[in-house]
Amino acid sequence: MTTSEPLIVLESVNKWFGPLHVLDNVSLSVGRGEVVVVIGPSGSGKSTLCRTINRLEPITSGSITFDGQPLPAEGRALAKLRSEVGMVFQSFNLFAHKTILENVTLGPIKVRREKPAAARERGLALLDRVGIANQADKFPAQLSGGQQQRVAIARALAMQPKAMLFDEPTSALDPEMVGEVLDVMTSLAREGMTMVVVTHEMGFARHAANRVVFMADGQLVEDAPPTEFFANPRSERAKDFLSKILTH
Amino acid sequence: MSVLIDKFDVFASGFWLTLQICFLAAIGALILGSVVAVLRISPVPPLRALGTVYVNTFRNLPLTIVFFFAAFGLPALGTNADFLRIPGLDIVFSRLGTDLPYFRFALIALVLYTAAFVCEALRSGVNAVPAGQAEAARSLGLTFIQNLRHVVLPQSWTASIVPLGSVIIAMIKNSALIGFFGVIGDLSQTADQLTSAGGEPFIPVAIGISIGYLIMTVPLGAFLDRVERRQAVAR
Repeated sequence: MTTSEPLIVLESVNKWFGPLHVLDNVSLSVGRGEVVVVIGPSGSGKSTLCRTINRLEPITSGSITFDGQPLPAEGRALAKLRSEVGMVFQSFNLFAHKTILENVTLGPIKVRREKPAAARERGLALLDRVGIANQADKFPAQLSGGQQQRVAIARALAMQPKAMLFDEPTSALDPEMVGEVLDVMTSLAREGMTMVVVTHEMGFARHAANRVVFMADGQLVEDAPPTEFFANPRSERAKDFLSKILTH
Repeated sequence: MSVLIDKFDVFASGFWLTLQICFLAAIGALILGSVVAVLRISPVPPLRALGTVYVNTFRNLPLTIVFFFAAFGLPALGTNADFLRIPGLDIVFSRLGTDLPYFRFALIALVLYTAAFVCEALRSGVNAVPAGQAEAARSLGLTFIQNLRHVVLPQSWTASIVPLGSVIIAMIKNSALIGFFGVIGDLSQTADQLTSAGGEPFIPVAIGISIGYLIMTVPLGAFLDRVERRQAVAR
């Protein structure tokens, strides 16, 4: 599944928010086609970690490379890199003034300079894939949270990214809508998409992840296959965390 | 009150001159203010600093001082602001082309001053757009300008339109000062002409002048209310 050269490599990454050390010497590599699920208590730095990969959060020190290239500084090169890394947010962030289809085609048309007709056709196919083709002309506010998040996934996929970042994609959803979003993510994982997923969905971590990364207090505490991690967490922090969430 | 009818042509020409400078200054301030707003929200720190310095300078100086610098400072620098003698434009706005530069100086001062407020009105609209919108656009690979053009600005107009209207209305009223800086014949200065030089009674003249300003400001306010309501429904 994975080839020799990893797609995403973080080396000794540190990030400070003022006096707060949110990422403490984090090193992580994600191979091509690998699905890495990042879990941990809130405030552990897992969202920040996810957001450093496309430089929505600049880092204080260390290095991040994507597909062999160090992350560029602000500018056109960074925009190009971001176009190759899809991102799905906790709060969907669909463009409120654009229709569902326009949301999905904006990137391909403006960033990739695709012909609008071709972009629309692929956009509709992607919406069909996530099960919302019949809502293409509605506005985001007219859709349920689960539908909006599936559109957000389609919007990211429309750029034909090399990797997808998911920053707590189901945390803002009503419980009955979590499944429909996780289904789309699971099918993506099966197709070999490289994914970094920050989530609290342990079920998804168990069945879709190649590796589970556990973070606490800005540090990357454990990095193991899901079966191993859930059966025998090595650190006290992980044991404590799992005991709190798995007892319910 | 007969002065209102007898001297109607004087009021009318004063109204026309004030309307001219306000129209030109509004366009100039909207353009310059937009540029400064883009500077202030740009990802490049030196550009941001430049925008901030501009706003802090012109927002915090009294307008009379800005007029003063324009009317006395520009000639001292050896310029007559001849770049504003725009061919074609000076047919409708004849004062742009006159040898006496005070209309052009007053226009420059009004634009520089008002642009600072336009910038802040636009920026307050941009700040009202949830941060996630711009983040999502960046994560797709849109450049800063594309982000503004396709995602942020289309959503910020609603929040900008009311403060922007207040800025333009304030500018119309501020234009009443230009008579003190060499411009002859605008609506306010007309009052001085009619009362001091023409011996007309003050109160009827002041009422006439007031009506002139209200004709410009009240419809603008009403128009902005309409735009706001229409956009509120569309959202």
